[in-house]
Amino acid sequence: MTVRWIRAALAAALVGALGLTGCGGADEPAGPDVAGPVTVFAAASLTESFTRLGKEYEAAHPGSSVTFNFGGSSGLATQITQGAPADVFAAASPATMKTVTDAGDATGEPAVLVRNQLVVAVPRGNPARVGGLADLARPGVKVALCAEQVPCGAAARTAVDAAGVRLTPATLEQDVKGALAKLRLGEVDAALVYRTDVRAAPGLDAVEFPESARAVNDYPIVVLRAAGNPAGARAFVDFVRSDAGLAVLTAAGFQAPPGG
Amino acid sequence: MTALLDAHLVAERDGFTLDVRLRIAAGEVVALLGPNGAGKTTALRVLAGLHPLAAGHLTLDGADLDRPDRRVWTPPERRPVGVVFQDYLLFPHLSALDNVAFGPRRRGADKRAARARAKEWLDRVGLGDQARRRPRQLSGGQAQRVALARALAVDPALLLLDEPLAALDARTRLDTRAELQRHLGAHPGATLLVTHDPLDALVLADRLVIVEHGRVVQEGDAATVTARPRTDYVARLVGLNLHRGRADGHAVTVGELTLTTADTVHGEAFVAYPPAAVALHPSRPEGSPRNVWAATVTGVQRHGDNLRVQLTGPVEVAADVTPAAAAHLGLIPGRPVWAAVKAAETRAYPA
Amino acid sequence: MSRTVRRQRVPIALLVPAGLGLTFLVLPLAGLLLRAPWTTLPRRLTEPGVLTALRLSLETATVATLLCVVLGVPLAWLLARVEFPGRRLVRALVTVPLVLPPVVGGVALLLVFGRRGLIGSWLDETFGVTLPFTTAGVVLAEAFVAMPFLVIAVEGALRGADPRYEEAAATLGAGRFTTFTRVTLPLVAPGVAAGAVLCWARALGEFGATITFAGNYPGRTQTMPLAVYLALETDLQAAIVLSLILLTVSVVILAALRDRWVGST
Repeated sequence: MTVRWIRAALAAALVGALGLTGCGGADEPAGPDVAGPVTVFAAASLTESFTRLGKEYEAAHPGSSVTFNFGGSSGLATQITQGAPADVFAAASPATMKTVTDAGDATGEPAVLVRNQLVVAVPRGNPARVGGLADLARPGVKVALCAEQVPCGAAARTAVDAAGVRLTPATLEQDVKGALAKLRLGEVDAALVYRTDVRAAPGLDAVEFPESARAVNDYPIVVLRAAGNPAGARAFVDFVRSDAGLAVLTAAGFQAPPGG
Repeated sequence: MTALLDAHLVAERDGFTLDVRLRIAAGEVVALLGPNGAGKTTALRVLAGLHPLAAGHLTLDGADLDRPDRRVWTPPERRPVGVVFQDYLLFPHLSALDNVAFGPRRRGADKRAARARAKEWLDRVGLGDQARRRPRQLSGGQAQRVALARALAVDPALLLLDEPLAALDARTRLDTRAELQRHLGAHPGATLLVTHDPLDALVLADRLVIVEHGRVVQEGDAATVTARPRTDYVARLVGLNLHRGRADGHAVTVGELTLTTADTVHGEAFVAYPPAAVALHPSRPEGSPRNVWAATVTGVQRHGDNLRVQLTGPVEVAADVTPAAAAHLGLIPGRPVWAAVKAAETRAYPA
Repeated sequence: MSRTVRRQRVPIALLVPAGLGLTFLVLPLAGLLLRAPWTTLPRRLTEPGVLTALRLSLETATVATLLCVVLGVPLAWLLARVEFPGRRLVRALVTVPLVLPPVVGGVALLLVFGRRGLIGSWLDETFGVTLPFTTAGVVLAEAFVAMPFLVIAVEGALRGADPRYEEAAATLGAGRFTTFTRVTLPLVAPGVAAGAVLCWARALGEFGATITFAGNYPGRTQTMPLAVYLALETDLQAAIVLSLILLTVSVVILAALRDRWVGST
């Protein structure tokens, strides 16, 4: 369990190396239109679904290869605006996507890929008997939130404020995986994370709460201006937004975008 | 005189076995003399408790400090032993005064008393005005005296000195040796001085114990040892030619050579004579000398005002000749000469 | 051949890599300085969160260093002076936190000192003490990661120190503990100081083990490196400012300490 989480936590350190390998393949012999390498920077919460979609995409497009760099969306956005070589960016919040579009690093308007909703993650069986946000403020209940600088933290703050709950979390984690690790190690009794995160984590249950509607999070996706393989990048975006792609994403707990 | 120290030291070190018996009376200074690697320092370390005794015993002032067969062992910090180490090992972070006060303080004196005692000892070695100095600000001779004061300040029943003058230059050594002699003379306990310098041993010690290869080869007072060496090492130290042979009255047979001596001995015997007693001649001398043999020059070295000539032949011998005689004889290695020794200048004694 | 003393010349084969090495170390710092938002700097400096994180960093790093000295110096002595079976293994184990990614170190600490941990559960049940998410937890995480630096430095100093001084102390009546405090420790004091500085610097920069074991909460467990990391999520310039503050404060403190030591010896 921890191994996967550690890998995610270390991803930031590996970003440079990954970016370089993605860039180096740009001159490979081109097959049909969309062949060749595609480098995708994607929010950490997309790790499981995108890894699977990447394989399906490669199978459907011979000669193509997809390289992923998963991490906190804000960190990825910083890397992109600092010139990291990437073809596609999928962010976990419109705010982080905005830093990339404001910097002029995106082509066109980002599309909403999926939406994600906050839940209260608890250990299977819900030993602390958390029924809603208000229970998180009970004395003796330790809660992990994301820091407000990252999307899941901002969403959590919105939801908690909407519920009018006065909550002092034990920790403000740097990302969802950090919060879930604390939960899984039993250091906290509950964590406010996205539904998809709970779906992907064995041994955890999700407690839905009404205030989450106020903190629904859009996942925008866009092809980047610096893309070395724009055709491949567009093909990948189309692929994940297709019905087949959305099926994989909704199976992971995401919601289809409105009107999608 | 009862011995203050009574020890039979058996110790192993790097496949080398030390087996030495030592008895030292109160107020007596014994020099443990021997070539490098003879086991002198090991003996000192065993006495100080820094090296384990494999067998034998170590009794000091009536108490068994070390007795492997009875599983008795006293750690160094509980032995009434003071040590002056070869390079003194004064604690660099402490002043001369605090170095000397260290022992009394550890042995129960309060800070003020320990310092008073240290000051007293520094005064006694003539360094009262250097009390506040750090060891690196002291000269070699001063450091040696501080080390001595430090070892004596704990009133040791046994004082051990490891080559106490070896680290000093020749001039300082002369002064310090005289000074050391005075302090050792005043020390009421037993003193063991480890050295490879015969001069230190002869000047400072009442008695010499000579070790080679971990064994005592000879012991006695300075006069006996210098007059009657019993090994080549001792003979070289005291500057004598030494042969071992079979005596029958005035004749001692050494290999093919028979030497006539003034002394009367029977059986296994040593013959000793100084290099100055050996006369060299270009051809076989006529007349009085009874002991004459053909020899070959193997080396010539300056020795004081004279030259010391190394000879080979029926016996290995050193001869002292004047530069004039050497020039006359044309002494170069390989030159054949005749060596002659007067019987009256030899000394023979039982082996 | 001239016998006059010439000005010492530095071999070019050493000078070039030395210069490159220095450039490599200093260039990123120059990058931070160049990109620093100097105009908004004073305002950012006075933000309350910044000073809180800075103070917490300095305090926890100092306490962690003290903890490392108290535990690490005797450990270094044991490794340097006492022969015991498995000493090489123990020495290797001491360096484990050096090779362990700090995040993993944090997880390992949770497994032992966490609420469900081997010792942590006992602490919780017996004394009602929990370490994760507390300032004490930050100290623990920093000490875990930084202690090897101290132990290695002090052990090196002890190995370099002449053990015969300890023998001399023994012949003067000092037992092993007294010898350690009165002779050995003063002899290796520069080594202990150097180790403590390394240890403190490492503790000050600690991130991975801290955020994993102690979490992140302003005023309680959010040290400067955590604040920097989170600032990176939204505001690169704020992150640069925080880094520069941390850097400046630590360099000033280290330089001041160094002057004191040089002056006293």
